[in-house]
Amino acid sequence: MPSPRYWREIPSRYRLEATRCGDCGRVSYPPRRICFACRSTAAETIELSHEGRVVASTVVHVPPDAFLMEAPYALAIVETPEGARMMVQVADCDPASVEAGMSVALEFRLIRKEGKGGILCYGHKAVPAYPLGGEAEAARRAREEEVAHA
Amino acid sequence: MREVAIVAAGMTRFGELWDASLRDLFVEAAQQALTTAGVDRLDAMYVGNMSAGQFVGQEHLGPLMADHLGMGGVPAVRVESACASGGVALRTAFMEVACGGSDLVLAAGVEKMTDGADVTEVLATASDQETEVYQGATFPGLYALIARAHMAAHGTTEEDLAWVSVKNHGHGVLNENAQFPRELTVDQVLSSALVSEPLRLLNCSPVSDGAAAVLLCPLDQASQYTDRPVVIRGTAMATDSMALTDRRDMAFLDAVAAAGARAYQMAGIGPEQVDVAEVHDCFSIAEICCIEALGLAPLGEGRHCARTGETALGGRLPVNTSGGLKSKGHPVGATGVAQAVELFEQLTGGAGERQVADAEFGLAQNMGGTGASSVVHILQAT
Repeated sequence: MPSPRYWREIPSRYRLEATRCGDCGRVSYPPRRICFACRSTAAETIELSHEGRVVASTVVHVPPDAFLMEAPYALAIVETPEGARMMVQVADCDPASVEAGMSVALEFRLIRKEGKGGILCYGHKAVPAYPLGGEAEAARRAREEEVAHA
Repeated sequence: MREVAIVAAGMTRFGELWDASLRDLFVEAAQQALTTAGVDRLDAMYVGNMSAGQFVGQEHLGPLMADHLGMGGVPAVRVESACASGGVALRTAFMEVACGGSDLVLAAGVEKMTDGADVTEVLATASDQETEVYQGATFPGLYALIARAHMAAHGTTEEDLAWVSVKNHGHGVLNENAQFPRELTVDQVLSSALVSEPLRLLNCSPVSDGAAAVLLCPLDQASQYTDRPVVIRGTAMATDSMALTDRRDMAFLDAVAAAGARAYQMAGIGPEQVDVAEVHDCFSIAEICCIEALGLAPLGEGRHCARTGETALGGRLPVNTSGGLKSKGHPVGATGVAQAVELFEQLTGGAGERQVADAEFGLAQNMGGTGASSVVHILQAT
């Protein structure tokens, strides 16, 4: 991916920036210039909550080349409390355990690498909001602390 | 607007055709249509093609194909709407004839998918690169999400999906142009490799090479070329959000319903008058969603139709008598035109063992991406 293109998309990918329509209130993610529900151009930029629930999910067994190492992985549509929907992978759990209605947290993660010399592409992945066991929860907290102290 | 007829049709065999290039395929199908009609001139031509630029590194297909068809000098344009490119080429050709701009126009579609390109990545460009593909979505992955939404809304099962493949392969056996003319069983589908849950390999249409072409002219000139013209009574196109995340209802294809409603209105018929239909079964869930959106099955009931035989040859409304994309093959840019070729054969009594008796109205529905674009044609026998 050429770097200007990657750079342009950073606000929505890194900070989950979205637009909320000033007329009908509909939230668009990523941001749009014209509301797709009512065509209003009065939009304010907001930051989405880093949480949501799974609307629908699949497990991808035959991935694109950039994701060969990760397959099989869960891919889901997640809706945030603001009503925005996004396509994300669901990580840190058995892909088969992901189902509609599941609560998830959205975490900043490496998404893909553009070849050996290319850009490391970041964004968000979902993880279970209520980890399946005490060990997973402990491991996650430990990792978060590690990141915070780094 | 003038009434418009299809007066001839041609197509190549669909499959992994290593001995044929993009231009070979186009010329074979187009020349077959021209020869059948006995014509050696055209006023214009439209070439439906999704992505020759990515598949074989070739753009600018209009003049290239006109040149190789021996029609140098004729206005020729490549038309693109992902997997609906062929249907949109047909619609564009219809408009040119209907408005009086041209009398004799060729609508063709072609795709060469097996020359080494990464097909998964090329096809994925028909979905939203920034929000879907970036995260690891594939085309089967997106249709798998539609399938899961349909399962949640209507109780559709993996066995229901399998029956669509079984039914369409049953039809494809009777089609000499089909890529996979062989019978399947439900067990074979349900035990095939997982591609993206709940979709398995045998729920997915194959990667194919092929081309198809139809020749259009005003109905009042059709007798110069054939004694059995087929009239294009309705044509309509509609679009929907590119990303699945922005859909009103993921289990329902709004663009298919909107294009269908407009085409029925233009033709002055309702879904109950359709005798034979070709719908876009790129994945088995798509056929179920499409027949529901077109009113060919009640909402939530589409899942039963293949199993009960309603949509099989001999049933209430045979769907995908050609074998559909699943068995016949899916050279993406050619598919929409190939659907019209099948209906042309059905409505002129030339479908051989696949013939639907006394078929008067045929419906063809072609779509791009995950249903972000869809085009519907209604044809009538004369």
